[in-house]
Amino acid sequence: MIWETVRLALLALRRNKLRSALTMLGIVIGVAAVIAMVTVGQGSSRSVAASVESLGSNVLTVRPGGRSFGPPSVGGAQATRPFTLRDADALVGLSVLAQVSPTVSSMQTVVAGAANVSTSITGATSAYLDVNGWTVASGRGFDTSEDRASAAVCIIGETVRRTLFGMADPVGQQLRIGKVSCEVIGLLQAKGAGAFGQDQDDLVLMPIRTVQRRLLGSDSISSISVALTPGVSSQRGAREIEALLRDRRRIAEGAPNDFNVSDRAQIAEVLTGINSVLTGMLSSVAAVSLLVGGIGIMNIMLVSVTERTREIGIRLAIGAEGRQVLTQFLVEAVVLSLVGGIIGVIVGLGLAFGASLYMAIPFAPQTYVVLLAFAFSALIGVMFGFFPARKAARLDPIEALRHE
Amino acid sequence: MTSAASDRLPPLIELVDVCRVYGSGEAEVRALDHADLVIRRGEFVAIMGPSGSGKSTAMNTIGLLDRPTSGRYLFNGVEVQDLDRDQRALLRRHFLGFVFQGFNLLPRTSALENVELPLIYKGMARAERIERARAALAKVGLEGREDHDPSQLSGGQQQRVAIARALAGDPMVILADEPTGNLDSHRSHEIMKLLQQLNREDGITIVMVTHEDDIAAYARRLILFADGRIRSDAPVPERASA
Ligand SMILES: Nc1ncnc2c1ncn2[C@@H]1O[C@H](COP(=O)(O)OP(=O)(O)O)[C@@H](O)[C@H]1O
Ligand SMILES: [Mg+2]
Repeated sequence: MIWETVRLALLALRRNKLRSALTMLGIVIGVAAVIAMVTVGQGSSRSVAASVESLGSNVLTVRPGGRSFGPPSVGGAQATRPFTLRDADALVGLSVLAQVSPTVSSMQTVVAGAANVSTSITGATSAYLDVNGWTVASGRGFDTSEDRASAAVCIIGETVRRTLFGMADPVGQQLRIGKVSCEVIGLLQAKGAGAFGQDQDDLVLMPIRTVQRRLLGSDSISSISVALTPGVSSQRGAREIEALLRDRRRIAEGAPNDFNVSDRAQIAEVLTGINSVLTGMLSSVAAVSLLVGGIGIMNIMLVSVTERTREIGIRLAIGAEGRQVLTQFLVEAVVLSLVGGIIGVIVGLGLAFGASLYMAIPFAPQTYVVLLAFAFSALIGVMFGFFPARKAARLDPIEALRHE
Repeated sequence: MTSAASDRLPPLIELVDVCRVYGSGEAEVRALDHADLVIRRGEFVAIMGPSGSGKSTAMNTIGLLDRPTSGRYLFNGVEVQDLDRDQRALLRRHFLGFVFQGFNLLPRTSALENVELPLIYKGMARAERIERARAALAKVGLEGREDHDPSQLSGGQQQRVAIARALAGDPMVILADEPTGNLDSHRSHEIMKLLQQLNREDGITIVMVTHEDDIAAYARRLILFADGRIRSDAPVPERASA
């Protein structure tokens, strides 16, 4: 008899294709939306967590220029007096700093054989890799003897390697950067996309003197990153750096700094903040879609039971027991919820996968979300299929038959 | 109980002092007011009476769709007035067939599937069910219309499907409340001839409500209702015949 009831339910679903499709659509939308949103939210959280990690901890960055974003002061160009390597050397003397990594950067075209690529050339010292959390995948980093000499060597990122050398090991190969020929001595371990989606692996490192003298013909540097001695707070580090630099740059007492010291923890905080806002937004959109889907299912189920009260009356009159009618409606609701739920899971994961590719974030499907969304839709489907059906099945057959 | 011919047959339906009261106090309506009625196996009874006189209430009570407020109902000699919903459903399933004024077929469902429905609830196997449903449809003259759904059939044909559905379960009684109420005169007479044939040839007891004398004339016994009571009960004088 249960199989006959299942058959009756399937027949009823087939007879009312539009109604079945609409009910299922509600479930599909609810389930797919929740799964897609939460999966994308998780992926972006992971990607932010990864880039926060790649920022390196207890690192401060010193840049010329004031912190204010207002109009430049009357001094004009004078307002951004660049740093030089002498400033970096002075910072090395501070005991609160473990490492000092001055950099200068410039966009250049890099040529290897027939291949060429335009990329960012960063002049760096041996401290650079540590301070910025890079490791070498092949070859070596700069040694301290290269910090002061303008050696014709370079270290390249994964993206540059792929463009210029394909999958071959680039170590020992020659590159031409601007007018300078140099030898590749190292390949950096890939980091992937950064916190803002930028490609972190699209870079070439050269000794800072080489870039200053042979590419730029200037002795200024763009920024100085410093790693704090373990146990030193970033506030104290920043204070000592500011005191030293104000003194070196002869800034009068009370006048504002013409440079700024930024803490990467702040950047991390901003990023994490943005991400939690994003996740919150996605979650509320998901909740709303689930609600809308739920209301849709409820509505259609209610309308359908009302519509079908006469049918229920006919079935009861010709000898169906209330239980049999109820079972049939329950099976209908379960079948719709299951099929709708499965389609919803597939659509949701598909959307999330597409979005992850597009946004270059990890695809992070969560079993619990899939189960939760599925269970929720099934619950709504069965609940709103069940209760009105139970009400109808308890009706007097005559009442139900009289129903228009 | 005036018909000498039917006195020989055993009583199938027996209402004893039955009341059916709707509402209470000021709004109380006595749809059946101490009604007594005996219908014997094989009878063909027509019930007539003014609107609101309790004909449908009597049919619903006899059909075990409704319960009397007081009094006794014996079906085939067994008291059934106190049975619960499911027990009444079982009796309907096995012994009763219904034909309604409004046909009451399932929409978007083929004639064959409509006729199969009571057999499904009887727990009959599929092959036997289909065979029975086909035979029932053939009997009401709808051979070849098995796959039509109600919207593709005329009113008369829809009522034939409903009769086939009532017939398929092999009932002892067919209860028909104004079966020709929605049909034109020509189709009404066709339906009546069919019911008369089922009564004569298959011995199915038929109880029918109608407003029209020429429809009632197909029955063998005529009961007149007024104010929830039986006003008169007599053999049909002029019998229409097929
Ligand atoms: N469900 C109900 N609730 C209240 N009153 C009802 C109900 N059904 C029938 N009645 C009343 O009972 C009386 C008999 O009704 P019914 O048996 O349908 O009459 P008939 O079929 O002879 O026209 C009428 O007065 C009607 O209004
Ligand atoms: Mg009536």
